Amino acid sequence: MSDKKMNDQDPNTTGHSWDGIEEFDNPLPRWWLWTFYASILFAIVWTILYPAWPISTKGATPGLLGYSSRAAVAADIERYKKANAAVDKKLTTVPVDQIEKDPELLNYALNGGAAVFRTWCAQCHGAGASGAKGYPNLIDDDWLWGGTIDDIYTTVSHGIRYASDEDTRDSQMPVFGEILEPAEIQQLVQYVRSISGQEHNAAAAAAGKTLFADNCAACHGEDGKGGREFGAPNLTDQIWLYGGDVATLTETITNSRHGVMPAWAGRLTESQIRQVAVWVHQQGGGE
Amino acid sequence: MSILSKHKIIETNATLLLVLSFLVVTIGGLVEIVPLFFIQNTIEKVEGMRPYTPLELAGRNIYIREGCYVCHSQMIRPLRDEVERYGPYSLAAESMYDHPFQWGSKRTGPDLARVGGRYSNEWHVHHLTDPRAVVPESVMPTYGFLLENKIDGKYIADMLKTNRIVGVPYTDEMIAKAREDFKAQADPDADTDGLIERYPGAKVANFDGQPQLTEMDALIAYLQVLGTMVDFSTFIPDASR
Repeated sequence: MSDKKMNDQDPNTTGHSWDGIEEFDNPLPRWWLWTFYASILFAIVWTILYPAWPISTKGATPGLLGYSSRAAVAADIERYKKANAAVDKKLTTVPVDQIEKDPELLNYALNGGAAVFRTWCAQCHGAGASGAKGYPNLIDDDWLWGGTIDDIYTTVSHGIRYASDEDTRDSQMPVFGEILEPAEIQQLVQYVRSISGQEHNAAAAAAGKTLFADNCAACHGEDGKGGREFGAPNLTDQIWLYGGDVATLTETITNSRHGVMPAWAGRLTESQIRQVAVWVHQQGGGE
Repeated sequence: MSILSKHKIIETNATLLLVLSFLVVTIGGLVEIVPLFFIQNTIEKVEGMRPYTPLELAGRNIYIREGCYVCHSQMIRPLRDEVERYGPYSLAAESMYDHPFQWGSKRTGPDLARVGGRYSNEWHVHHLTDPRAVVPESVMPTYGFLLENKIDGKYIADMLKTNRIVGVPYTDEMIAKAREDFKAQADPDADTDGLIERYPGAKVANFDGQPQLTEMDALIAYLQVLGTMVDFSTFIPDASR
């Protein structure tokens, strides 16, 4: 092993030696060193331009550019609001039932309403608005509280049995398990199955007819075709919110059903509510 | 450059290197953390924030126990798309009574910071029992067993006390009535005047639709209050943030 320099051009060694292997004392590459210094400079400039130093209890230095993430999001929202301002104003000032007569408003509302529906409504009513057990199908022509554009608009705005909204649509089906005997409830079930054209026990259904007139007709109507004033479903059309089989009907009559829909006024803008009302109205079942 | 050449002293003395490294990290940490305790706008002044009711607090514990935070964040960032989808961006004040906060860092499911009032109680029961019954593309596990886990709030007063130790302003009265409030919130027929007075805006309902008080009641009570406390009609965001 030789301890002499291998070459005169070689830099000095660090003086370390392990088993005769020495370490050159190379300087850092220039490009690296200058990048490092530039990074430090960049950081200092950054703290001058952007909010950074917490020098007082009032808050941090605001920075020369005056940037704020909250101002940025507000400006971003404002930009879109402004772009839609004209059509939004028109949409929210015309009477609700006139929106669909204006092709521009209709086009805007359908596109916007589809997005609103996917974001806020699809979780219950389904991505295609076809509903699920307990959540009404919105693409058929069977409506609980009404299917005109005004009705839909009111429902979306104030919800159904939504306690925090004073103008919410409200009705309470009684818990018949506390009023009628189980046998009477079975007669009612058979009667409801008879008027909906399903297989039933004729004798029980006949007995259920009087019970129906006494207990149910006030809301569901003498003929069981429902009443929109109370959101009472039509029982004759074979469209079931919860189910038309014996077990489900028994459960419905015994414990009652009180489906809740949130009120969207306050959470969505007036324009968004109108958009989604138009979108729902246009799905095929609108009246 | 003479001072730089003395760097060798530090490099060849492990203890000195350790002590000085610790010092540098400490300074960095202090500069970043300490000002937050003194700067006035760290937690904004807002109307409406109150401590969780005993039942909501129990629900929060279930939320943490079941690891909901692994897939759900509770932090709406100040970005337009988030504000459009979830509502106003989250404020520091909204999690000031959370120990620990549930901001989270991963969204397999949606953000829950403002889920309160967005769905009906019944929907939550359906969805927690069988997520795919209402959202077909969901990958959420089922939590139907919560309907069977009865709770009686036996230790809920202790829970409130523990939260008080870390700074949640629970009063002696709140702690004394904790168990009473715990039961009253899930019983629409109960006398809830005291509960509402102590916890303004608390929602009273039979959350799970069953006669007995279960973990499902507690969890839904918690979900239904998320993001609903602050009155955004009176809040003006501070521009310099």
